[in-house]
Amino acid sequence: MKIILLWTDVMVWLLVISLLLWAWTVSRSPQVRKLWHTVFKSSIAMASAIILLFYLLFALLDSVHFRLATTTNESQSKTLQYGGITSLLDIMFSHNMKNTERTYSAPFATHEYTKSIVLNEHGVTKQEYLPLKYVGTGDDIIGKSIFAGFVGLVIVGVLILMHILWRGRRGLKSELPWRTAYLTFGVLIITFTWLYLLSYHYHVLGTDKVGGDVLYQSLKSIRTGVLIGILTTLIMLPVAVILGVSAGLFGGWVDDGIQYLYTTLSSIPGVLLIAAGVLSMQVMMDNNPTWFETTLERSDLRLLFLIIILGVTSWTGLCRLLRAETLKISQIEFVTAAKAFGVGKVTIIRRHIIPNLMHIILISVVLDFSGLVLAEAVLSYVGVGVDPTMHSWGNMINQARLEMAREPMVWWSLFSAFVFMFILVLAANLFSDRIQRVLDPRNKS
Amino acid sequence: MSTMLAVTDLNVSIGQDTLLKSISFEIQQGEIFALVGESGSGKSLTSLAIMRLLPDVISIRSGDITLHNKSLFVLPESQMQKIRGKQIAMIFQEPMSALNPVMTVGEQVAEVIKIHLGLKKDAVRKKVISLFEEVALKNPKERYGWYPHQLSGGQKQRVMIAIALACEPDLLIADEPTTALDVTIQAQVLTLLKKIQKDRGLSILFITHDMAIVAQMADKIAVMYHGEIVEQAERKTFFTHPQHPYTKSLLKDAMVKIEKHTIDIDKDTLLEVEGLKVHFPIKKGLLQRTVGYVKAVDDVTFSIKRGKTLALVGESGSGKSTIGQAILSLIPVTQGSVKFENINLVDLHDKALKVYRRKIQIVFQDPFSALNPRMNIGDIIREGMISLGVGPQTRVLQDEYIKTLLLKVELQADYLTRYPHEFSGGQRQRIGIARALAVEPELIICDEPTSALDVSVRMQVLKLLKKLQKESAVSYLFITHDLSIVPVIADEVAVMKEGKIVEQGLVSDVMHNPQNAYTQKLLLSAPKLPNNENI
Repeated sequence: MKIILLWTDVMVWLLVISLLLWAWTVSRSPQVRKLWHTVFKSSIAMASAIILLFYLLFALLDSVHFRLATTTNESQSKTLQYGGITSLLDIMFSHNMKNTERTYSAPFATHEYTKSIVLNEHGVTKQEYLPLKYVGTGDDIIGKSIFAGFVGLVIVGVLILMHILWRGRRGLKSELPWRTAYLTFGVLIITFTWLYLLSYHYHVLGTDKVGGDVLYQSLKSIRTGVLIGILTTLIMLPVAVILGVSAGLFGGWVDDGIQYLYTTLSSIPGVLLIAAGVLSMQVMMDNNPTWFETTLERSDLRLLFLIIILGVTSWTGLCRLLRAETLKISQIEFVTAAKAFGVGKVTIIRRHIIPNLMHIILISVVLDFSGLVLAEAVLSYVGVGVDPTMHSWGNMINQARLEMAREPMVWWSLFSAFVFMFILVLAANLFSDRIQRVLDPRNKS
Repeated sequence: MSTMLAVTDLNVSIGQDTLLKSISFEIQQGEIFALVGESGSGKSLTSLAIMRLLPDVISIRSGDITLHNKSLFVLPESQMQKIRGKQIAMIFQEPMSALNPVMTVGEQVAEVIKIHLGLKKDAVRKKVISLFEEVALKNPKERYGWYPHQLSGGQKQRVMIAIALACEPDLLIADEPTTALDVTIQAQVLTLLKKIQKDRGLSILFITHDMAIVAQMADKIAVMYHGEIVEQAERKTFFTHPQHPYTKSLLKDAMVKIEKHTIDIDKDTLLEVEGLKVHFPIKKGLLQRTVGYVKAVDDVTFSIKRGKTLALVGESGSGKSTIGQAILSLIPVTQGSVKFENINLVDLHDKALKVYRRKIQIVFQDPFSALNPRMNIGDIIREGMISLGVGPQTRVLQDEYIKTLLLKVELQADYLTRYPHEFSGGQRQRIGIARALAVEPELIICDEPTSALDVSVRMQVLKLLKKLQKESAVSYLFITHDLSIVPVIADEVAVMKEGKIVEQGLVSDVMHNPQNAYTQKLLLSAPKLPNNENI
């Protein structure tokens, strides 16, 4: 087995590590801990956070890439060869990956969605619905569901029991809405085990034009969506914070320059800038096909470029906000006091300004997340988004354009992409709502 | 005289907490009734209850409020709306935010008249102008078309009074109407209110925290403390025979004796400011050309001796805070010198200045913005010690040092790990003082350190400052607008007006025998508590 680190994998894992570090430092400050405690006191925030974590888990599972060793016994000498790049998620769903049908089939169908012309044994051509290759007779769906539900319940029960025991041993009496948390967790796990176990017998969300499993596609798309949402902010954040704070604090020509930059940038239509960036990058990649060993690496780099371009075009709003807030904070007396102590500018920024900007940064990051997930869908639909070979909700919706025009209509691709995206964006929005309510000082009265 | 307003046994609570506890009082026709108390004592809440404008979360438990013997609580909202404005009118503390900035002041008064009196357009205009005349607004016809930002604070408050009077109310509720104003303007507004009250036979419910204003204005006084009226009396008996201990302490804190001050000539001079000028350029146009200067500080000269206090007195905009910042080298000095121990700080560069940063410190006006809300008290105090290398430099020893400092400013040592939001205004101000003291300064610039505090807290802080001065011979430059506290803290006083010092000298000399016309005006304007003889 050989671990493969794609560019976006590196960034995701770096982000996860820095998030954990941040959480660790934050957990030492009782004040911040109390704030987050208030965030999670709302049951909606708790449920949303669990859903978001679930999505993140899938994205992370799909971000562990490796090549499996396939040993071949040629002339006694064992040569080690590697197969294609797969991820943990691929291995979980390898049956869906391999079992591609011929063409469209509806969710839980046993036969294809369209009639095909077949020659029967009497030499007569007939039009009929062909049975699917990898689906059984389709009987006892209820029995299988009950079994799957039971398995799900057992998993949920064990995990929740462990958590309750752990809480009991620590003697924690918290007012967090654990019941909502358990309920959300239970519903998610049971639904997922049901889908997963039945996916061995059916195409639970149907298949697409070339017979690919839609459930698998939707799950693979999670990584694309989540990555664009998170990593773009990662790129945008340092630019926005550094430029915003220095514009607000230093003033003078620094301020003028930065203001000029973001006014110019934000007056160019965003889509135009992104399209131009993506297309020129596309040309560059086409001219240098030797850069990439596999199509996966190629589409990964395209995703990375898209993320960078989105980041470069979206920092202006936050920068403007931070500049204004820095201007305000730098006039407050505790900053004057620090100056009177002869504290250096960098220390003032680090100790007095950034901590007082944190709520704005956090709120805008969470708010931007859902916007960016939706932006990916729109851009891929227009054709300037991620690589067409990459699984993404935008690409799924793009393909569904033609499927919706068919008679009878093929609805499940669009439906799956819509549901998966809707749940993610809704959870992110609800969560950001709560964060904003708790962290924004203007809401305290 | 008949009873205008009667509040009987009013109980107000939010959730389980009682906010007002059986409040009862009566206001007679043509009487000024003063409700006195510190912040949070429930005075404004009482006035809102009278207007029936309490927020939804606050509920009235029991009691009744009657206007002309008719209960206000049984009225439907539509009737109550007529009573507001027409029978009871209100003036607020902050004239800046009570006026709509995009409407001319004339229109704003006219609007109220139109709603309540239903007059025709010309008649409305005439009425507005006559109202403006009544509140002594100059050029009333011209002012009709002015916008709020074109008026000064005092003028805005006059417009607010005109709005309140527009519908000829029977009762005027004045909620700290002069707190945001300068002393001289305050005096004018108070005289105006008194005159209007006499002319119209109005009743006024006057809410304030200032005992001296009460003495000047009120016929009857009620003292509120923690949601209760602890004492209620006619003015004369109130000031001659206060009953409740809280009232006594309030009066004692407000009463300041002027002692004879002396200055030892042999004490060495710590700070010498000579011909200090700070001019801010006014920039206009595309290229930010400098078209003129605001002379914030214009040729100011004074000196402070070691272990003594100079009070810098002036109204807002007189340039007193700018002087403090110039001494700290936080803003560039246009001309002149600031000599500290005979070294001119104006010439020094950032690095050389660092030595003097230690010796000159500052305490701010607003205790809420002076402390970084994201740092705990220990770190706030530690910051200067680390930056300037003062005191012990290991964390454990620093903690010990900070604990002794906290005790010194009469706080508890274990406050070290707490955050600013857990403290009251007075406590925060003490933390601010501890922060300044941490670097063992020789001069502390106190920029209105007590103006955001309640009367009793104000006295405690002033006493603390005085005590610290005795212990460590630190000098203060005490910047204030409040003449009444000058004798408590200062040895010398300098009076500022429009960037210039118009009079300076020993406190006892200046306070008793002011030479300059402006100083005389200031002293006259300041509301005074009656001495026992002349009530």
